[in-house]
Amino acid sequence: MSEAKDNSTQKLHEPLLHIVKRAGISRPKAWLIRLLAILLALVLNALIIYWLTGLNPIAVYKTMIDGSFSTKRKFWVLLQNTAMLLCIALAVTPAFKMRFWNLGAEGQVLIGALSSGALMFYIGDKLPSGVLILLMLVCALISGIIWAGIPALFKARFGTNETLFTLMMNYVAIQLVNTMIAVWVPSGSGVLGIMNSKTNTGWLPTIFGQKYAINIIVVAVLTVFMFIYLKYSKHGYEIAVVGESENTARYIGINVRKVVIRTAALSGCIAGLAGFLLMAGSAHTVSSTIAGGNGFTAVLVSWLAKFNPFVMVLTSALIEFLQKGAGEIAQAFRLSNDIADIATGIILFFIIGSEFFINYRVIFRHKAHKEGK
Amino acid sequence: MKKLLAVLLSLAMIFALAACGNDTPASTKASEEATTKAPETTQAPASTEAPATTDAPAANLSTIKLGFIFLHDPASSTYDNNFYQAALEVQKELGLKDDQFIFKWNVPEGPECQDTAEEMADAGCNIVFADSFGHETYMIEAAKNYPNVQFCHATGTQSRTVGVANFHNAFASIYEGRYLAGIAAGMKLAELVKNGATPKIGYVGAFPYAEVVSGFTSFFLGVKSIVPEVTMDVVYTNSWFDIALEKEAALKLINDGCVLISQHADSEGAPKACEEKGIPNVAYNVSTINLGPTTAIISSKINWAPYYKLIIEAVAKGETFATDWCGNFSTGSVELTELNAAAAAPGTQEAIDKAMAELKAGTLHVFDTKNWTVKGETLKEYLADVQDMGDFQPETNVIIDGVFVESGDDFRSAPYFDIRIDGITEK
Repeated sequence: MSEAKDNSTQKLHEPLLHIVKRAGISRPKAWLIRLLAILLALVLNALIIYWLTGLNPIAVYKTMIDGSFSTKRKFWVLLQNTAMLLCIALAVTPAFKMRFWNLGAEGQVLIGALSSGALMFYIGDKLPSGVLILLMLVCALISGIIWAGIPALFKARFGTNETLFTLMMNYVAIQLVNTMIAVWVPSGSGVLGIMNSKTNTGWLPTIFGQKYAINIIVVAVLTVFMFIYLKYSKHGYEIAVVGESENTARYIGINVRKVVIRTAALSGCIAGLAGFLLMAGSAHTVSSTIAGGNGFTAVLVSWLAKFNPFVMVLTSALIEFLQKGAGEIAQAFRLSNDIADIATGIILFFIIGSEFFINYRVIFRHKAHKEGK
Repeated sequence: MKKLLAVLLSLAMIFALAACGNDTPASTKASEEATTKAPETTQAPASTEAPATTDAPAANLSTIKLGFIFLHDPASSTYDNNFYQAALEVQKELGLKDDQFIFKWNVPEGPECQDTAEEMADAGCNIVFADSFGHETYMIEAAKNYPNVQFCHATGTQSRTVGVANFHNAFASIYEGRYLAGIAAGMKLAELVKNGATPKIGYVGAFPYAEVVSGFTSFFLGVKSIVPEVTMDVVYTNSWFDIALEKEAALKLINDGCVLISQHADSEGAPKACEEKGIPNVAYNVSTINLGPTTAIISSKINWAPYYKLIIEAVAKGETFATDWCGNFSTGSVELTELNAAAAAPGTQEAIDKAMAELKAGTLHVFDTKNWTVKGETLKEYLADVQDMGDFQPETNVIIDGVFVESGDDFRSAPYFDIRIDGITEK
């Protein structure tokens, strides 16, 4: 009815709401929107948790925090998990900034872990641990470079679609891992287990009494490096230009092919490093699930942080915190993990959603009408 | 960039919706369990209830705290659910409080397992139990770091050789249960053959690993004791838990002419495929009658409650317990679930009872070499890799007096029968 009335007074039908791109937004206002989004998510979660389980939402949130902060070990595990996720996010970042959609980080990590693991398996007892670790590192970096370099070469030479290509390379890596495990474990159980657990050769040493300390330090250094590389180096500038417009890049004399291949190789190299850290620093084994889907979560981490390595520290920590919190909730209240996953899903959904409201303005009909006049 | 963000957003929305759709019943169910459980434990505090039921120094039970590490969520994994239900049963029976248990689902077979085990030890657990084969090496590492906590691991092979005193393995002579389940299958197959079917059955296996081979061979021998001309095809999924792959494998076997299916894989994939196609199914771990009201015949299962009770009571008394423990019929560890009269052939229960009596009496042995051949030959001796030194070298003769001694007290609890016998074809 009202529509008909509208039509009679206005010749053009005007939609209920307009979505308008914001020209710009002040930083405090952007953060206010993000904060509001998180608050809203927490409130909605509280309602859902209460509705589904009848539990006190405050107690549930407290448990969530306990998941990462109630003991020293839990905090270290949070740091370690954050470091691993961050490392892979740092790997995909230069590629993404260049609009090279590297969805193959999972495979690049696996292949890095597999190649360094192969060294542990075949010559683990023949070399001193220090030499072995160095060799493992080199091997992991090279195999990561190869795994990302192949799709990059094909893109640069033949214009193939890197999204599909890198994605497919994941499956090749997974099958390679499964094949090697079948070769290494003749009993057929498909489980390699911790390697060199008696001798610890090829394991990164424990420092400050923390087995994960080296992993965390390496990734912290890498974060600073990546920030400087992207922001202040010539390479970083080239990446940004190629990402914005290949034609502009060509026009100002940037060799686009070279930049694409070089950046993809860097991306693979860092993913390979993550594989090495898994093998030498934490898991000491390889399996098709050892990267745990972090190759894909890393895309979210990088994107949420708008490719800023320092903000990525926050986003990766947030995701790991939510996951640990989810596990803690399931454990404390004997719930299925699913309810906790719903809760974390809602929080992430709101955070991603808030970016929409930072970039766009929603204008309702009357207001637009008035503004129009 | 905007487009991708939009895609991400919509994906997030789809996932969020899908998650809600699927998971609400499971989580509410879990919460119901939690809420219904609460009153029981408040009514019967452990310290006052326990002395009446056990003659042991029961007051010590209040010092017990158990951590359980599960590979998957019991809401969807039959394998993990079997461990979980046994824990709840023991909690009730011993009158333990909720806060004496920590359950952690979805713990991968990686460093997370060691982190979780050590977190449990930090939280005051004096027993930590992990349920998946791939957890083993991480449990051993945790055991080295916490010598005063007992780390127990189901299905593992290394406790006898690794030299870590507080690390334990446990399993059960499930091959005997599988054999009996095979008899139920055999009765059904005999009925089908009488109606003109070819005696060919199918088996969905996880990995080509001794635990699986032992399982399907004992099942096959059970069938063969009723239908001597039976043959069996085995398809591996190369995964312990993959609903889609298991279903696919079952459908492939059915298409290849198998008239009865069994499986050693942790999901509900195969039983569901069988119900869709109207093919009889024999399952593992839990009763699947709800999944296949007209096709699920019976399941063999390991009941973990006796082992849990054993370790709880030992730790409560401050006593040591077996490094490597193997349950059987007499400990109550090997069981068959309810026989589904709607799917089973007449006379099945009687046939099972008879064989069970013979197994218990020791007059029947599942792996009696008289009943199977390899390339037409009867084996006189066989070296198995019983001592797990990580070298995969067989070193122990396990055929004694014409019987392959599986899961023997003198050898190892985890199965090591990895012989491919005549009549079984791996696809």
